[in-house]
Amino acid sequence: MADAAIDPRELLPPDEPVHLLDPDGTYHEDPEHPIDLDDAGLRELYRLMLVTRKVDREAINLQRQGQLGVYASCMGQEAAQVGSAYALGEEDWIFPSYRELGAALVRQCDAAGLLHLYRGTWLSDHDPYKHHFALMSIPIGTQALHATGFAMGARLDGNPIVTMTYYGDGGTSEGDPHEAMTFAGVMKSPVIFFVQNNQYAISVPLDKQTAAPTLAHKAVGYGLPGRRCDGNDVLATYAVTRKAVERARSGEGPTFIEALTYRMEAHTTSDDPSRYRTQTELDEAAKTDPIVRMRNFLQQRDLYDAELEQAVEDQAKEVASYVRAGIYDAPHGDPMELFEHVYVDPTGHFEGQREQLRAELDAAQEG
Amino acid sequence: MAVTLAQAINQALHDAMTEDERVLVFGEDVGKLGGVFRVTDKLQETFSEARCFDTPLAESGIIGTAIGLAMYGYRPVPEMQFDGFTYPAFEQIVSHLAKMPNRSRGTVKLPVTIRIPYGGGIGAVEHHSESPEAYWAHTQGLKVFTPGTPDDAYSMMRAAIAMDDPVIFLEPKRRYWMKSETELPVQTEAPHRAVVRREGTDVSVFCYGPMVRTAMEAAEAAADEGWSLEVVDLRSLNPLDTPTIVASVQRTGRAVVVHEAAQTLGMGAEIAARIQERAFYSLEAPVLRATGYDTPYPPAKLEEFWLPDVDRILDLVERTLAY
Ligand SMILES: Cc1ncc(C[n+]2csc(CCOP(=O)(O)OP(=O)(O)O)c2C)c(N)n1
Repeated sequence: MADAAIDPRELLPPDEPVHLLDPDGTYHEDPEHPIDLDDAGLRELYRLMLVTRKVDREAINLQRQGQLGVYASCMGQEAAQVGSAYALGEEDWIFPSYRELGAALVRQCDAAGLLHLYRGTWLSDHDPYKHHFALMSIPIGTQALHATGFAMGARLDGNPIVTMTYYGDGGTSEGDPHEAMTFAGVMKSPVIFFVQNNQYAISVPLDKQTAAPTLAHKAVGYGLPGRRCDGNDVLATYAVTRKAVERARSGEGPTFIEALTYRMEAHTTSDDPSRYRTQTELDEAAKTDPIVRMRNFLQQRDLYDAELEQAVEDQAKEVASYVRAGIYDAPHGDPMELFEHVYVDPTGHFEGQREQLRAELDAAQEG
Repeated sequence: MAVTLAQAINQALHDAMTEDERVLVFGEDVGKLGGVFRVTDKLQETFSEARCFDTPLAESGIIGTAIGLAMYGYRPVPEMQFDGFTYPAFEQIVSHLAKMPNRSRGTVKLPVTIRIPYGGGIGAVEHHSESPEAYWAHTQGLKVFTPGTPDDAYSMMRAAIAMDDPVIFLEPKRRYWMKSETELPVQTEAPHRAVVRREGTDVSVFCYGPMVRTAMEAAEAAADEGWSLEVVDLRSLNPLDTPTIVASVQRTGRAVVVHEAAQTLGMGAEIAARIQERAFYSLEAPVLRATGYDTPYPPAKLEEFWLPDVDRILDLVERTLAY
C-alpha cells in the first residue's frame, strides 16, 4: 500500500533559505529556482507590492480617523504575500488569515470591500467564488483545514487546481494546521501551507512559540517537504511557491513553505509594540524592505524609471482614495439584514424576533 | 420488513449516495469496518473508497475538511465516532460551519450533515455516553435533528443531506437496534416539525431521540394508572416547533420535558420558557423536567440511576397532576 519509503532528507528544509535578491537588488541565479517572468511580470510584482503598501497605509489612516475599528497591517510582508499569490494560476484558491491584503490584491479583490471586516459593517464583503479567495479567517490557523478539504475535493474531481493557505508563525502552534498537514500528507492533497514567519504572534517572539529548529522542520513529521525562503525577496517567494504549485499540480502532494519576513507595523492598530521590541530592531528590519529591494533590482535591469514610479504611484493613490470612498459610500447598516443568510431555509427560526426588531425600528422612527 | 434504526440510516446514506454523486461519507473507521456501529456498512464497497473513506484520527480535521469539501461543491456527511469526541471539532463547527454562510452574506453554502451517535444506556466507558445537544442547539446557523424511530431516521437523514444548511444529526445510539416494521424508502413529516406520537388529555410529555421510546413506555404504564399522556416527539431541536408544543399544552394544561442531558440549561429549560411565554393561561401546573442530573455522566454501573426512565417520568407526571 505505502509508496516507496520517503527519504526524510528530501523533506528537510535546506540549510539556507532560498534567496535570490540582495537588499541592493543584486540578483543571484539559482538553477533550482528559475524565474519564468518577463519584464512586464517583474514590474507587475513591484506594482502589486507598492499598491498593497499604499492601501495598507490608507487603512491605518482610516483606523486613526475612527473609520475602522481596528486594522492588521501587512507592511513589510508584501513580498511574502504578493510573490506567493502571484505564483498561483487564476483557477487556484487562496485561504487567508486576516492579514493577507497583498494576496487579496493579487486576486483582484475589491480592497474597500475587504476592509468592511475591520469597519464592522459586514463580516465579509467579497464573493469567494469570484476571486477564488476564501473569507479571511480570524481564529488562528483554522483555515488550513478548509484549504485542505477544498484541495481534497479538487483532486477527487480530477480538477487540476491547487489551494494555498496562509497563516503566521503563531499559527504553526495551533492544532488545526497540524491536522491539516496530516490530512494533506495522507491524501496527497494539492495544497500549499504558506507560513509568514514575521517573528511575532502579537507580542510573543518566535523562540517562545516553538522549540523546532525552524518552522519548516515541522513539515517533515507529516511527510511534507519543508521549504524556506527569504520572505522579503519577492523573487524568492515567487520561485519557491512556483515549485510547490508544480509539485501539487502534478499530483505529488502538498508543500510547507516558511517565508522569513518581518512585521514592520504593530500587530494591529490596538497593539503597543514598544513594549516588546526595540527601535534598533525596527531600524534593522527597515534595511530589508522588500519594496526597496525590488526597486533596486528593476533599476539594475533598466526596468525602472521615473515614469514607471509615477505611474505606479498614481495608481496606488487612486486605489487608496477608491478605498476611502468605498468604505464611506457602501450601502450598509440595514438592521433587518441581521436575519439574512443565517439559514438558506430558515424554517421556523427566529420565532418572532424578526417582527420584534421591525417593531423596535418602527417605534424608533415614530420617535 | 423489520428494519433497525441503524439499518435505516445506512439505507438513507446508501440512497442519498446513489442519487447524488456529490454526497461523501467519511470519518474514523467508516470504510472497511463500516463504522463502530456498522451504520456505514458496505458503503465503501458499493461506492468506492473515493466516496466513503477513512480519515486520519482528527475530529477538527474531519469537520474542517468537510467545510472545504462543501465549499468546493460536495455534500459531505462526516461521522463523529462518539458524542464525547466531537469536542475537538467544536471550533470548526461553531466558528466556521455555523457562521460562514452568514459571514459570507450567503455566497458560501455549507450543506454538511454531521452524524453523531449520542446518549447513554449502552454500558459504555466514559466519554461514550454524552448528550451534547444543547451546545449545537445554542449555536445559531446549525440545524439540529434527532430521530426517535427508524422511519424518522431514514426520512430525516435524507432530508438533512438534501438541505443546503449545515445539520447536526444526533443518532440515539442506544436505539440503533430498535426495530420498526417498515418498507424503505419512507417519507415522514418534515424534520423541522414536532410530531404527536400518542394523543392524550392529562399531561404533555415532550421528548426526543433516545427518550421517545422511554416516554412511550411511560405513557403505556400511565394508562394503567388512569392517566392519559400525550407524547410529543420534538425531532428538531433547532428550530424548535413551538406551535406544536404550545398547542399540545393548550390541550392538556400540563407539561413534562424529558431528556438525558443534564438539567441546567438543557433543552428542557428552553421548552419550559417557551411554554410559559405562550401558553401561560393554559397551564395548570409548573412545567417539570425529567432529565439527567447536573453531574458528569456516571460510570456504566451507575448510569441506570442517572438516566431518566419510566419511573422518573411517572413521578413527575404524578407531581404535575397533584397541582
Ligand atoms: C484561535 C485563536 N486564538 C487567539 C487569537 C487571538 N490572536 C489574534 S492574532 C494572534 C497572533 C497570531 O500570530 P501569528 O499566527 O504569528 O500571525 P500574525 O498575526 O503574526 O500574522 C492571536 C493570539 C485568535 N485570533 N485565534
